Amino acid sequence: MVPERDYRTRLQVWLPKLVLSPSVALIAVFVYGFILFTVYLSFTDSRILPSFGLVGWSNYEKLFRLSHWEISIANLGVFSVLYIGICTVIGLALAIFLDQKIRGEGVLRPIYLYPMALSFIVTGTAWKWLLDPGIGLENTMHDWGWESFSFNWIKDRDYALYCVVLAAVWQTSGFVMAMFLAGLRGIDNEMLKAAQIDGASNFSLYRRIVIPQLRPAFLSAFVILGHLAIKSYDLVIALTGGGPGRATELPATFMYSYTFTRNQMAIGASSAVIMLMTIAAIMVPYLYSELREQKQ
Amino acid sequence: MDTAVRTGNVARTFIYLTLLLFALFYMLPLFVMLVNSVKPLSEITGGNMMSFPEVWTLDPWRDAWSKAQVGVQATGLRPYFWNSIKMVVPAVAISTVMGALNGYVLTKWRFRYDTILFGFMLFACFIPFQIVLIPMARVLGLAGIAGTTSGLVLVHVVYGLGFTTLYFRNYYAAFPTELVRAAQIDGAGFFRIFWRILLPSSGPIIVVSVIWQFTNIWNDFLFGASFADFDSQPMTVALNNLVQSSTGVQEYNVHFAGAIYAALPTLLVYVVAGRYFVRGLMAGSVKG
Amino acid sequence: MGFLEIRNATKSYGSVEVLHEIDISVEKGEFLVLVGPSGCGKSTLLNMIAGLEGITGGEISIRGNIMNGVHPSRRNIAMVFQSYALYPNMTVAQNITFGLEMHGVAKSERERALRDVARLLQIEQLLKRKPAQLSGGQRQRVAMGRALVRDPDVFLFDEPLSNLDAKLRVDMRTEIKKLHQDLGATIVYVTHDQIEAMTLSTRIAVMNAGRIQQLGTPREIYDTPSNVFVATFMGSPSMNLVPVTVRVDGANVIAEVAQREGKRIGLKFFRPCEALRARDGRAVTLGIRPEALTDVEGADQRSIHVERMESVVGVAEPAGSDTFVTTRIGGVDCVARMRADAEVAPGSNAEFALNMEKAVAFDPETGLRIV
Repeated sequence: MVPERDYRTRLQVWLPKLVLSPSVALIAVFVYGFILFTVYLSFTDSRILPSFGLVGWSNYEKLFRLSHWEISIANLGVFSVLYIGICTVIGLALAIFLDQKIRGEGVLRPIYLYPMALSFIVTGTAWKWLLDPGIGLENTMHDWGWESFSFNWIKDRDYALYCVVLAAVWQTSGFVMAMFLAGLRGIDNEMLKAAQIDGASNFSLYRRIVIPQLRPAFLSAFVILGHLAIKSYDLVIALTGGGPGRATELPATFMYSYTFTRNQMAIGASSAVIMLMTIAAIMVPYLYSELREQKQ
Repeated sequence: MDTAVRTGNVARTFIYLTLLLFALFYMLPLFVMLVNSVKPLSEITGGNMMSFPEVWTLDPWRDAWSKAQVGVQATGLRPYFWNSIKMVVPAVAISTVMGALNGYVLTKWRFRYDTILFGFMLFACFIPFQIVLIPMARVLGLAGIAGTTSGLVLVHVVYGLGFTTLYFRNYYAAFPTELVRAAQIDGAGFFRIFWRILLPSSGPIIVVSVIWQFTNIWNDFLFGASFADFDSQPMTVALNNLVQSSTGVQEYNVHFAGAIYAALPTLLVYVVAGRYFVRGLMAGSVKG
Repeated sequence: MGFLEIRNATKSYGSVEVLHEIDISVEKGEFLVLVGPSGCGKSTLLNMIAGLEGITGGEISIRGNIMNGVHPSRRNIAMVFQSYALYPNMTVAQNITFGLEMHGVAKSERERALRDVARLLQIEQLLKRKPAQLSGGQRQRVAMGRALVRDPDVFLFDEPLSNLDAKLRVDMRTEIKKLHQDLGATIVYVTHDQIEAMTLSTRIAVMNAGRIQQLGTPREIYDTPSNVFVATFMGSPSMNLVPVTVRVDGANVIAEVAQREGKRIGLKFFRPCEALRARDGRAVTLGIRPEALTDVEGADQRSIHVERMESVVGVAEPAGSDTFVTTRIGGVDCVARMRADAEVAPGSNAEFALNMEKAVAFDPETGLRIV
């Protein structure tokens, strides 16, 4: 006799997949379908509207000959190294300091973290005027009697990018602190007692025992900050608008202006593809190892 | 458990000073925004940004809300604030419900290749959204919802699904599967088990998911700037237009008041439910 | 045909077969225990009976109805889980009646059933509480109440006592046994604890590596284990396995044990069978339970076949009721169970009494029992 499933069991087998399917369909179309479409566009002669005449690799060749793109890439390099580096150092230092049985930890922690709740547009607006030499910090120092003080980085082509770094660090370093703090709180403190009895100094205790155990937190911080850096768009728009000149252009702003204001859609598409590849190079190995770990 | 070590008085003073200095650094922009939003413009242009106002005024707040020139009309930020609300509420609700059901299926009704499928959903959270801007603009146009709030709701639901699914999946993974089996034997079906057994215990993760989605969608700028018309623009886009407008006098005090309006809802959420906010951020780093 | 019939049941995950052709027939009112080490497939089999896992081959029937592919809720079974699986958001009363509610039983009927079960399990005063407010033992009772209230054809228990502390476990064990005696329910019970298996069951299925090693009454399993695995898994301390050589001596069959300095001891088999006689001159494994190896005064006085031998005492472990003594026999460490007041000094020679009536022999290659 062939085992027959009753209708109820059959329904219960299909229902979960049925419930999942709208999400799967949405993501398949709106994420992966769209990615394919954009990749396709990057090989066409699209200008103001999508057009389907294939032109091979010529958009990518053009893209990498554009000085505008070259500046964006160079800026992204400087920006991400500084942004990730400074956020990590500040985050780690604050986490270690905050973990020393600090009085008022409950007050300090939310102060460090609240910028993360704000929109980059708000952050950009606040820092835009704070760094403005006319009314901001420079003006304040003059008012307080330090007449020779000069701080006009945001108006200076060579230094404006560092202002973006400053505002970005302000926004996210508290979050990095929270990640490291969670990592520190997960460390078995009997091990620290043992190391202290072994005669380790505070410095070597952290360098040799604590920090190596924060590896997962370092990795998470790197991945999160890295992908935030590549996606950075709002902050630049609000803070400097990409200027002065092209001093603070990033790939994200480049893509937007080429696609929607300069009517070079195919070039915009190819820059977006490059951005996706960069993020995928970071995210795919990370997600793969995370999910495999969870499976075990 | 903390990792406190024995420290001398000098070291402790140094630690406290550093912590306080950074607290000042993080507070500074908020302080500047608040103080200068209650000053007349002349005190900012002619005076000191760090000092308290000599004349206290709420005019900048009133102007930013209902009078300031945003785009072409002098409507203030009020209509855009409501645009944001109209966009955020349905987008958060829909993406959270879908995420909860997805997490339920992916942990309690597992099937072949479900982890791989989840991996694909998760990767969608991290793509640079520039890669979908062009086709999205076209699809919204074809669907007849270009430039509308419904269009933005759709966009935010789709690109928030990965995160809400992640939250609920990690949460339900720790929920005992034996309870689901017991309920099956008791005769409860797929939806009944979800509704009667899982959902009543899902309070904390629903809060995390709602806060995360609310913050992200409220704070979004890229989609709003790309896909909204003048009458559906969200708060962030309007604020940027207000601040960047090059016509007339720069009304810094109005800008600051506007920025606070834009920050208020998410700040409020942060103050009321900061614990859940932090949990959401941490879960956002994928770790289960 | 049995009340619960498992015929040729197999289970595979992909290409890996985890259960191989299981055949069990359970009569109404029987208490069957599935016992085995972790990973032996006993929980998988239970889940297959419950319908929580699909069946790859063969069939499972209850009351003559084939259950393959039937939804768990329509098999008229109830299950008690290891973690109790009480719904955290419902009160005890709601937990117990949830299944009835799902099956569309009227409210008045549900309340009557709840009262009966609560009285039976003495949990009337707990009905309004949430699971989080209960102790381990109370949760266990509620979990049983949830099963009892359904009045199912078959009760399934999945290691229900393993989350309790030692004393409570013994109490609940007695209580489950009493419930079975009073209600005459048909029960399939999974455990890895061989004492639970021995005390509760009317029949035991010992499982290992996806196969049933032996199916029989507790007495059969204990006294005549069908192979070395069953012999060592059931009983604590486990059975001593001594390598010996068979020697046929007229009507008698002797097990020759090599002791120190080339000395050999001959132990006469009790009622040797032909299979053993045929192994003249070959090696077999002699199985002796610790209680069949004692001090001379402690030997079973009714046994008509006690052999005596001298051996050196290794370690003596007083356990209150008995003293366990290790000694080397045939080159392996054996455990003897002596009276509590037996006087043995480590390192000294002592006389041991060996009840050959209880001894068994295994084929050293296949591990199967010869006699």
